[in-house]
Amino acid sequence: MSTSAGEWPLWEVFVRPKAGLDHKHCGSLHAPDAKMAVQLAREVYTRRQEGTSVWVVKSSDITASDPGDKGMLFDPMEDKVYRHPTFYELPDSVNHM
Amino acid sequence: MAPPTALLSLPAGAGTSSITLQLTPPLRYVLRIADTCLIHAQRLAEWCGHGPVLEEDIALTNMALDLLGQARSLLSHAGRLEGQGHDEDQLAFLRDERDYLNLTLVEQPMRRSSAHAPGGDFADTVLRNFLLATWLKTLWTRLAASSDEALAAIAGKAVKEARYHQQHAGDWVLRLGDGTEESAARLRAALDRAWPYTHEMFRRDAVDAAAEAAGLGPGRDALREAWLAEVAAVLAAAKLVLPADTPFLSTGTLGRHSEHMGFILAEMQSLQRQYPGGRW
Repeated sequence: MSTSAGEWPLWEVFVRPKAGLDHKHCGSLHAPDAKMAVQLAREVYTRRQEGTSVWVVKSSDITASDPGDKGMLFDPMEDKVYRHPTFYELPDSVNHM
Repeated sequence: MAPPTALLSLPAGAGTSSITLQLTPPLRYVLRIADTCLIHAQRLAEWCGHGPVLEEDIALTNMALDLLGQARSLLSHAGRLEGQGHDEDQLAFLRDERDYLNLTLVEQPMRRSSAHAPGGDFADTVLRNFLLATWLKTLWTRLAASSDEALAAIAGKAVKEARYHQQHAGDWVLRLGDGTEESAARLRAALDRAWPYTHEMFRRDAVDAAAEAAGLGPGRDALREAWLAEVAAVLAAAKLVLPADTPFLSTGTLGRHSEHMGFILAEMQSLQRQYPGGRW
């Protein structure tokens, strides 16, 4: 872990608001280890009954796309409207698609 | 230079007199628990804005709020038991020192606010919180079967909070005890400071006997075995040796407090004494 001396590693926190929903990223915090990170996530991010389950993952374990590659990675999809299922005739009974 | 007159004029109601209680054994029994939660909450709350890291600052004050909630429920219940119409605020803020019946341990300073102030450090806080949470958890578990339904309901809710406090504080005991030389030395010193006061947690007297006979709750002596087993297991894992027992017996639960109690009460009571029934 490449943190400066005396500083706890950073953890990303994911909270599941209720059963059946996905864990959603809600922020980060510093903690000395994984177990304590879960406890501190409970303190910091579920104070108002926001959660029923918490995941933490070391921020350094996340590999992210480079913001500089945003154009290369994502812009080519801009003109491929045919990838959206909007060309199908839907029966009237299907309201929310 | 003369001080501004505003500082000299006290607001209406200043010097509100203390309430006096008819202290029956069941009332004493409930107040011992209520006041232990109340004063422990006050000590933990002193960390607000001073925690070693932001996350732990929030954790300490969250636990203080849990304990304050427990104290409020118990004090309201004590007011009903007493039957003189005293509410939770009057009981929390308008008693004289001798009428507070908390364990002496909780009134000991545990955060040094300046180089000249008495008090300990984060290790004292962690250790004391662990010893007390384990004690309260053991007590709440037994009180959930109380013949007093209101007390049983309060205990049923509080035991979940105490379980978490015990785990959080216990995890810190492990990390400090089995951490660096510095953290281990500080935790050992904190244990030596706190241990003599744990004697009072299990000192049975007539109030305990009456509570036990009425099915109100366990005598304090009955909590020792379960408490010691859990405490000894965590302390051993943290590579700490149990200190030897000493003959010292603190007497907060009898209303005879240490020199620190008056200072806490002065701070806690000043607002309610100056603005009785104040709301915001």
